[in-house]
Amino acid sequence: MSTAPTTQAPRPQQAADAALHTALSRSARPPRAGPLSAALTFGWRGMYKVKHVPEQLLDVTITPVLFLLMFTYLFGGAVAGSTSQYLQYLLPGILVQTVLFTCVYSGVALNTDITKGVVDRFRSLPIWRPAPLVGAVLGDTVRYALAATVVVLLGLVMGFRPAAGVGGVLAGMVLVIVFAFGLSWVFTTVGLLMRSPSAVLNAGFMTLFPLIFLSNIFVDPSTLPGALEAFVGVNPISHLVTATRDLMAGVATAGALALVLSEAAALTAVFAPLTVHLYRGKD
Amino acid sequence: MPSTLAIEASGLVKSFGTTRAVDGVDLAVPRGAVYGVLGPNGAGKTTVIRMLATLLRPDAGSARVLGHDIVAEADAVRGLVSLTGQLASVDDDLTGRENLILLGRLLGYSTREARERADELLAAFGLREAAGRLVKNYSGGMRRRLDVAASIVVTPELMFLDEPTTGLDPRSRNEVWDIVRALVGRGTTVLLCTQYLDEADQLADRIAVIDRGKVIAEGTPGRLKASVGQGALHVRLLGPEHRAEAARMLSRALDTDAQLDADPAALSVPVQDAERASEAVAELSRAGLGLASFSLAQPSLDEVFLALTGHPAEEEAA
Repeated sequence: MSTAPTTQAPRPQQAADAALHTALSRSARPPRAGPLSAALTFGWRGMYKVKHVPEQLLDVTITPVLFLLMFTYLFGGAVAGSTSQYLQYLLPGILVQTVLFTCVYSGVALNTDITKGVVDRFRSLPIWRPAPLVGAVLGDTVRYALAATVVVLLGLVMGFRPAAGVGGVLAGMVLVIVFAFGLSWVFTTVGLLMRSPSAVLNAGFMTLFPLIFLSNIFVDPSTLPGALEAFVGVNPISHLVTATRDLMAGVATAGALALVLSEAAALTAVFAPLTVHLYRGKD
Repeated sequence: MPSTLAIEASGLVKSFGTTRAVDGVDLAVPRGAVYGVLGPNGAGKTTVIRMLATLLRPDAGSARVLGHDIVAEADAVRGLVSLTGQLASVDDDLTGRENLILLGRLLGYSTREARERADELLAAFGLREAAGRLVKNYSGGMRRRLDVAASIVVTPELMFLDEPTTGLDPRSRNEVWDIVRALVGRGTTVLLCTQYLDEADQLADRIAVIDRGKVIAEGTPGRLKASVGQGALHVRLLGPEHRAEAARMLSRALDTDAQLDADPAALSVPVQDAERASEAVAELSRAGLGLASFSLAQPSLDEVFLALTGHPAEEEAA
């Protein structure tokens, strides 16, 4: 006569202990992640944040959408004779405005990471030290592309008809995104200097607002008083708007493009190392 | 240079402005055990951990972690340790699973391996159901568990735990303790910073008591308690009427003054020797004084702590 062993179902506690021991017993250490792989992983993190917190994209998209609608239909006729004509002038500018405001969020996100402590974990990992920064800024370029697409699509619906067609519009978007890449290093620097995410947001918007308005986004600078016109002329945002407009109209000159690209490069050359330096010394 | 020590620190100093947060700390932490760093808020515990975890550069002094210099070989140190900070260092805007995959990828796993490892850890830490939820919607205990899980995506040789149970309810606290014990059971060394005496007593094999940036005492929990002195015999009678007599008997039996507690039926006597205490209790019982309860208590780490940090000499020196 066989006595069947009474099989007891494992208690939940035992099962949990077993799972814990399995998890802890894995001791093989994978090879270190390379710099590019680490940076791209941080870019991936940025994407997921957009997916989970789409509000951060809405914030920076709704304002330009309102600006686009308001300026076109309210002031368009007065400024340019007709709303449709003004839209052709305004849209590349609004595109620039949208993407540049999105840049501020690079600094806000970095500051948030620091105040929440997650940066401590990243900094204690055996990875290429600037990877979190480079990855975040790379990930942000995808946000810029999304925001740019929203503006361009709305423009097309409203009657924006660029002479250079799809190619010109895409080239303009790429140029804006490249410039934004450079500018976002300014805001990561600000993000490391300020005490709270909202301080970064305020500082960013306070700096950008005058620069945006004192540019050629909304009006032709030749109608402005001399001193103001001179300022608008040297404002890099004006250079970017002009080059983008010209790309979309199919009349871009190599000189205008070179100016914008060199400004983007200069911003990166100054502020990327500064960001990395501040990040390392964040003690 | 192979060493039996996981951490050797000497003369670590770190100032913030004019404040010397850490003022000459020496530590010798043996491998494979839990080493407690006990101190009140602002004592400099977190600063010590941040220096040892290569997040802060010391102003003076030096330290080797698992044989590597924390400044010159910071990268080698980072490859062997992990840190669970005072702020739960997980990403609020990602799900629990995404947090673990992120770290797996950063530590060198392929995407597939990182996913497998994440699922394994989520199961082990009782977070399977919460895997797809954003961390900002986690409870305090769940965040902590995820935080600890994130620290062992690759099992570290040395783990820094900075106040792992601050703000947790007793059940979550016990869960974290179980995890720490299991981790040490697998051979990981743990440096545990805590302001809870209870926690250091429960987990740590050795303790350094730190106050105002200095180590003011070091040793096993038992030795620290012994250094403060004796335990006490607490007696509670059935009624208050015989307390004076009981006090006389106990004082005589134990050669020291009995103290009358606030409870009119209770009294306590410091004791050096458990044998003599038990005889004294037997004597009370034989005399028919009506014993409700008695206990022989070790000094708590609380008392140790107060004796060490609240010492008048220390305040004069400061």
